[in-house]
Amino acid sequence: MTPLRSRRTAPGAILAIALGAAVPVAFIAAFLGWPVLRMLGLGLLPEGRLDLAGALDALLRERTLRLIGLTLGQAAAATAITAVLALPAAFVLYRLRFRGRGVLRALVIVPFVLPTVVVGIAFRILFRDGGPLGALGWDGSVAAILCALVFFNIAVVVRTVGGAWEGLDPRAEEAARALGASRARAFLDVTLPRLAPSLVSAAAVVFLFCATAFGVVLVLGGPGTGTIETEIYVLTTQFLDLQGAAVLSILQLLVVVLALSVAARARAAGDTAQRRVAHAARAPRRRDAPVILATVVVAALLLLPIVTLVARSLRTLDGWGVDNYLALGGGNDVMPAPVWQAVLTSLTTAGQAVLIAVPLALCAALVLSRRPRSAAGRRLLAVLDGALMLPLGVSAVTVGFGFLIALDRPPLDLRDSPLLIPIAHALVALPLVLRTVLPVLRGIDPRLREAAAALGAPPWRVLLGIDLAIAARPALAAAGLAGAVSLGEFGATTFLARPDGPTLPVVIVRLLARPGGEHLGMAIAASVVLAAITVLVMALVERLRVDSLGAF
Amino acid sequence: MRRTTAAISAASALLLLTGCASGGTTDDGTVQLTLVTHDSTDFGEGTLERFTEETGIEVTLHSAGDAGQLVNQLVLTKENPLGDVVFGIDNTFASRAVNAGVLADHVTDGAAPEYLLPAGAGGEQLTPITSGDVCVNVDREWFAEAGLAEPTTLDDLIDPAYADLFVTSAANTSSPGLAFLLATIAAKGEDGWQDYWSALIANGAKVVAGWSDAYYVDFSGPSSEGDRPIVLSYASSPPFEVTEEISEAGGEAPTGALLDTCFRQTEFAGVLAGTEQEEAAQQLVDFLYSVEVQEQVAPAMYVFPVNPEAELPAEWAAYAEVATDPFTVDPAEIDANRERWIEEWAAIALP
Repeated sequence: MTPLRSRRTAPGAILAIALGAAVPVAFIAAFLGWPVLRMLGLGLLPEGRLDLAGALDALLRERTLRLIGLTLGQAAAATAITAVLALPAAFVLYRLRFRGRGVLRALVIVPFVLPTVVVGIAFRILFRDGGPLGALGWDGSVAAILCALVFFNIAVVVRTVGGAWEGLDPRAEEAARALGASRARAFLDVTLPRLAPSLVSAAAVVFLFCATAFGVVLVLGGPGTGTIETEIYVLTTQFLDLQGAAVLSILQLLVVVLALSVAARARAAGDTAQRRVAHAARAPRRRDAPVILATVVVAALLLLPIVTLVARSLRTLDGWGVDNYLALGGGNDVMPAPVWQAVLTSLTTAGQAVLIAVPLALCAALVLSRRPRSAAGRRLLAVLDGALMLPLGVSAVTVGFGFLIALDRPPLDLRDSPLLIPIAHALVALPLVLRTVLPVLRGIDPRLREAAAALGAPPWRVLLGIDLAIAARPALAAAGLAGAVSLGEFGATTFLARPDGPTLPVVIVRLLARPGGEHLGMAIAASVVLAAITVLVMALVERLRVDSLGAF
Repeated sequence: MRRTTAAISAASALLLLTGCASGGTTDDGTVQLTLVTHDSTDFGEGTLERFTEETGIEVTLHSAGDAGQLVNQLVLTKENPLGDVVFGIDNTFASRAVNAGVLADHVTDGAAPEYLLPAGAGGEQLTPITSGDVCVNVDREWFAEAGLAEPTTLDDLIDPAYADLFVTSAANTSSPGLAFLLATIAAKGEDGWQDYWSALIANGAKVVAGWSDAYYVDFSGPSSEGDRPIVLSYASSPPFEVTEEISEAGGEAPTGALLDTCFRQTEFAGVLAGTEQEEAAQQLVDFLYSVEVQEQVAPAMYVFPVNPEAELPAEWAAYAEVATDPFTVDPAEIDANRERWIEEWAAIALP
């Protein structure tokens, strides 16, 4: 193999790269771009003409402006709190070695995959007047929303920053200490700057999740507060004010693109700054006590809503017991069919979503892991990367309604298809899988591929034997994460029909919609079942030891 | 060709997806109907199957979202309807569906006239199927213990004696919340309801996002978590707080509905304009009004049947109450003012 040849890309390879990029892009374009464009079109082009004055009017409504401020402020505050609380936990879980660390690393991601409706109820039980934390007076306030946003997103920061921290060479910090710097000084001047890319990247993604939060804000904030997303929901489902909804959707899209580009920049900086090699974690020492204490407090705060749920599920009308769980066995008025049927439907949906998302994400990751020499090529890849992240931030309400009007005729006549919900879930899963697999592919030493090629392996063989072989484990782990997210997904899919009978989240919502006796207990018991399944999935996935999982 | 394997597998997955698109409504010989409805629809085990046995018409349920979302979905998909029949349009959203022209003319012969919509405003398109009164509920045990008389009217709720005791759900995010707003508009008039709501909020009424929140988290009833003894719910809620012990002893329900505070929500069925199976669709609407289905709606959906010949389950007969003179607002008036009312309401109730 001559140096000249290795610098050229073969036409076949270019074609393959183009194809590999085209498939996931086509998926996003068909199932995200097209539905959203149709909804925006209905809103902005009433009677086929662009109504700019009307759109501007909708934008400058006092309520709209207030909600924009509230959304951004709330998201910024939640992001800052999340980052501060996550740092000690990231240190303890990724720099210290102790028994049970693996279990803790698995548990920290559980809030991320819990269904929002249920977490909302748990927090309200805690915060309501006369509740365990009622004295704080946080019920229906922004503080309650912030708590829930931190609860959901802390895993993103812990896992992203923890992974980076694990890869930091501790000798730089030790040298600073030896030269007389205090611990705080060494952390601020030596460690923190090196963690900055991962911290900024994670924070930008958390900001994105917070700015587009929906269910939990609706339940916890009380009707007085809100976000752009809850307003889009009210405008679309209650008022059928598509113009106002379209204006807000575009605004939200701008925020999302901004957050994504900050995250992408930070990731790029992190990529060049260091190569990830896990350094040996050390046993805890006495001087770690403050950090460990802080971590324990954070863990207790994370556990509080979960414990509240479990406790409530065990309370019956006349004391304590497992009656609520037994009632889920079916054969009664509310639940003619046993709950495991809904579990099975949920698992099938999740499985289908994963089967759609993982191959697409792998295609995209293989393309994105290339490092083109031309600046234009790199820019193109950056745009592709950004486009594939969009499903995390685009208004779920707009997508859900968009599905109804955009996917209604051949070749995409999917409104009554059993695959509609798996597709919606796959949209959300795609970026999660991509972010898990991509760092691993990028970390492959190019010399491995060169050696294989030099030994006579044809390109497909190199791809299969090196790229895909190395990506298999993180892909499997990401599939688990994607499945868990699909299990608890309440967002866009509540508007979509389910031909196969209810999923577990739908059963929970139905139970919560009925008055009387055991229904709340049953709904919460069903939520605990859902949480238990997601914990089980995450614990299995954690055994695969993929550090980039759930990291951004 | 580096990535061809992955690319081909993904491409074939995509083809598989599009290939799975559902077909039309007819399948050689048997007629197939799609019944578009909301998430809480339930006609009881095997009811729709019996319709298929009797008529040979197969019915697929297309259920998604709540009642408000249902109407908006129908309006948005008017050019290419989601199905042939709709059930679940209620009187607060009926005008929007009728005005958008998503419904074909058909009303079941002999449908209970007191539930029919006015002529020209849905009276020719929508057949009433179920009815439920949204009423203020009280925790009787709490009031007995506190030695306080239970409130009975809307005016009692702004009496300082009942300060900080009431929790309701928001009119802009919950369907009973909107019904309660309409009840106050009917009671206090277009010029008086704003003052009533100001007084209500000043008297410590709490507004939360949804019914489940209000009932399960804030209400003090036997199955709830909270400590407020007055809640916005349904007239059909009290029977569900009656345990076997209470009903065997012939005791009183632990909660009660205040029948002078009710707004009647009626849910309708109709034939969707553009269906190719108009006759079969009409048959399905008539079936939903038949005694057979009507006797199922109470236990399955916690609402009252509208067909006077349908009998209520024993427990309902003993404990369920119906408002004799519920508040009503003309559907056309609701449609004309809904957005403005909700905005004005939000300015008062959601500071």
